[in-house]
Amino acid sequence: MDRVSAHFPEAVVERYVDRAGGAWAVIHPDSLPKVAAFLKNDEELQFKLFGSVDAVDRLHLAENDPRFEVVYFLYSLKRHEHVRLKVRVSEHQAVIPSLVPLFRGANWWERLVWDFYGIRFDGHPDLRRILLYEEFQGHPLRKDYALRDRQPLIPERPIKDIFRGPGTSGHS
Amino acid sequence: MADSHNFEAKGHNPDTDGSLPPEGSELEAHLQAKHMVINMGPSHPATHGTVRLKVELDGETIVKIDPEIGFLHRGFQKSCENVTWTQCLPYTDRLNYLSAMMNNFGFLNAVEKLIGLEIPERAQYIRVIGSELHRLTDHLTCVGATGLEMGGFAPFLYGMEARELLQDRVTELTGARLTTSFGRVGGINRDLPEGWADKVRKTLTRTEELLVEMDGLLTRNRIFVDRTKGTGIITADDAIDYGWTGPALRACGVDHDLRKTQPYWVYDRFDFDIPVGEHGDNYDRYLVRMEEMRQSIRILRQALDTIPAGPIIVDDWRIALPPKPEVYGTIEGVMAHFKLVMEGIQVPPGEAYDATEASNGELGWYLVSDGRGRPYKVHVRAPGFPVLAAVPHIIEGKMLADLIPTFDTINMIGGEVEQ
Repeated sequence: MDRVSAHFPEAVVERYVDRAGGAWAVIHPDSLPKVAAFLKNDEELQFKLFGSVDAVDRLHLAENDPRFEVVYFLYSLKRHEHVRLKVRVSEHQAVIPSLVPLFRGANWWERLVWDFYGIRFDGHPDLRRILLYEEFQGHPLRKDYALRDRQPLIPERPIKDIFRGPGTSGHS
Repeated sequence: MADSHNFEAKGHNPDTDGSLPPEGSELEAHLQAKHMVINMGPSHPATHGTVRLKVELDGETIVKIDPEIGFLHRGFQKSCENVTWTQCLPYTDRLNYLSAMMNNFGFLNAVEKLIGLEIPERAQYIRVIGSELHRLTDHLTCVGATGLEMGGFAPFLYGMEARELLQDRVTELTGARLTTSFGRVGGINRDLPEGWADKVRKTLTRTEELLVEMDGLLTRNRIFVDRTKGTGIITADDAIDYGWTGPALRACGVDHDLRKTQPYWVYDRFDFDIPVGEHGDNYDRYLVRMEEMRQSIRILRQALDTIPAGPIIVDDWRIALPPKPEVYGTIEGVMAHFKLVMEGIQVPPGEAYDATEASNGELGWYLVSDGRGRPYKVHVRAPGFPVLAAVPHIIEGKMLADLIPTFDTINMIGGEVEQ
């Protein structure tokens, strides 16, 4: 992360090492491909193994502006080290550049983030839903999506005496 | 019927006129080369787990393949975010139902990292033992099923026999066959039963015999070798680019195993090797799995021999439930018990990423806590997900028959891919 800061002083918004020793940095969305390419191709770093991507909906956290935080996990087979890159986007402008041109492994993970959080990836070749069906409305891992909200493709049989628990949105 | 009569009347049938067919006959003609789209799955004997493969064929060549996952999706993350940390454990079991303890312990490892907790030594040993037992059952299923789908039933039966024996031991240890929920934050649930270690040693000896049988039936078998050698090839660079880990990556020649490169628990005290392949084809993936099982047995033997005595869970009532005499006898015990059950473990706010080497590769957990008793965010990096994502890259342009061994040896598990 020191090297990243040295190379791209303007791109790094925030740097951190958490209690467990994991290093992460918040990157400005526009410079994400640049920083990721540097991490991947730099001789000493070589973060070539693409771990995964996910997002955090920070709606109920103390710091919740911008609302979403997209987290990239990379691993270096040379240094045997995990690193996290974060990008923060707001709800209204939930678009970030895609990393598929850089890592082919990002393809499905970015589809997953789109599916569950509704964050678009600019330049993604095939941004479809991956786990849910095309007709699904909304993005279920957002914190404002009710836990028991249901969108069955085939209507569920009306069962009166099942208690669906807290968080039921009323229409079962 | 009418057509076949005409066919015979023309005299092209070698059965009737006794000579080889002339040039330009049906035997020489091209197969119908229309593109055909077939569905493999969602539930097909050769797709492990529920996954639908939309395969576009030109003759027997695969032009395009589009895996469609999500049939098992049951909202793992959302469910975890609405229960306490301890209540997530049964959910994690169901990710990879062949090696439940590994998921379980991996998740706990991440939680403990978030709290900054060191678990007792004996608990670390028992976690190693549980993980390796389940690595064996997982690999046995994978290798056995590969043999079965290449047409050999006997290797599958031998694999199942060994798996049954091992799962009996798992049952004795945890009380459950598949979904064990054996770990607890700060340690594990129960100590080893009386005389269990000897039983495991005997089971391991029997497993080794069965492995020799499976090895003899498969490794030099003509059909098996022909169908797996040189099929489903991926280069090391591509595999890394897709994010492969575990046996599938090591079969490409990349020596990467988190048990060695980032040792967790007590793995650095054991003497074992990491098998590495060369070609990255199905045959190498099979060989790597076979060798990994032998190494697991080695680890298990050493762990059973050297396991120290001591507590199996931390003595901290904010994290582990107090012993029952304390609960029934003291007010502090009752309060600690009540608060743990009702509010859950109070994990300090923060985030952590932790990865363990599960049977199919790196199982990563990214946890965010907001300081209350429930996880704010649970992200699981399932090893099967990137592996399945690379299947179109591997298989497009190859034969339909290559799809089956490829799908077997990458060992994608529906539960973790579809969360």
